[in-house]
Amino acid sequence: MIVARGLGRSFGAKRVLRDLDLDVADRDLLVVTGPNGSGKSTLLALCAGLLVPTQGELEVHAERGRIGYLAHEPLVYMELTALENLDLYGRLYHVPERRERIGMLLERYGLWEARRERVAALSRGMQQRLALCRTLLHEPDLLLLDEPYAGLDTEGADLLDAELGGLAGTRTLLLATHEPERVAPLATGRLALG
Amino acid sequence: MSYFADAGTLARKDLLLELRSRDTVPAMLLFVVSTLVVFNFALPAGASPDAAYGLLWAALVFTAILGLTRAFAAEREQRVLDGLVLAPCDRSTIWLGKAIAVVAFLALAEVVALPAFALFFEPVSWELVAAVVLANVGFAGVGTLLAAMAAASRARELLLPLLFLPLVIPIVVGGVGASIADDPGRFLGFLALYDLIFAILSWASFEYVVAE
Repeated sequence: MIVARGLGRSFGAKRVLRDLDLDVADRDLLVVTGPNGSGKSTLLALCAGLLVPTQGELEVHAERGRIGYLAHEPLVYMELTALENLDLYGRLYHVPERRERIGMLLERYGLWEARRERVAALSRGMQQRLALCRTLLHEPDLLLLDEPYAGLDTEGADLLDAELGGLAGTRTLLLATHEPERVAPLATGRLALG
Repeated sequence: MSYFADAGTLARKDLLLELRSRDTVPAMLLFVVSTLVVFNFALPAGASPDAAYGLLWAALVFTAILGLTRAFAAEREQRVLDGLVLAPCDRSTIWLGKAIAVVAFLALAEVVALPAFALFFEPVSWELVAAVVLANVGFAGVGTLLAAMAAASRARELLLPLLFLPLVIPIVVGGVGASIADDPGRFLGFLALYDLIFAILSWASFEYVVAE
């Protein structure tokens, strides 16, 4: 699914990733770890196609619409409601049976009651749950999750554990985290950066 | 049809955002009316009516800049553009959807600006209205592309006017010409041609602006 050879990325004079070789097979779950600034988020953004490498080669065998990308920011409009944001993405991703899928995700992530609230009024944890709904909405083949547990309370983290348990082995996942032990039972590999 | 459905979805989202936040249109309305009031006092008594049309077009250009400066604010602040860029729809639909919303915002500003112009200066002719409609398309087409470019820059408030003003000089020439010339059809045709050329250029190049 993902092949990188000598992959590097610089921002001006600052080199964030260098000489990275990587092979991620279909349905692998690769845990990416490393200290702040080690290039975890950069690697995920490169795989999503949001950044281009400044060095080496990177091949991602997934179409743009088949990638689910969870970033530090929820990538949703703060002035729209949770429901409106998911409806927007559902339309753009041409999700079949969009309303049912959105309703199911909102229920699963405990956002149904808050579905008509503006995102700006939601807590950080609720926004993260919404971001997870957005990422999973179109049932992507490749999931790029950058600190998915950030901001989640115990209940939210347990929900995510269950979600990852269901996705592992059926989807390809790259998961950048500071809590690798949390997903260790599901991981097929680990990449330590920095 | 999916292309236009996607663009429509994005335009509807922008209109809804504006309806919720009221960040842009009220500022544009206040700005254009204030500018016309200032021009009313700045223009010497007995000045040529043609000068008033020139001032109207200057006010419209600066009002467009004001609106365009905010065009990608929501996307920039929350990095939502990354989410839109990753969607499987054609990336130019982002440009088209935003341009449609910008046209709507400009039209709202002009619904107030033109009667104000008639009140302070000269009557509004159908040629002027036609020129304003065509100019809106040009402002929105080229301005949305430049606003997306500027949004990626730290000096966006400076960059947008610097890029936008030289490119819309033909619109001002066409707009003023259509407002005062004996043969406005020629200038309206010029504006339509400008719209067509710059809409195609902006549509085709937007992908490269939002991709890194």
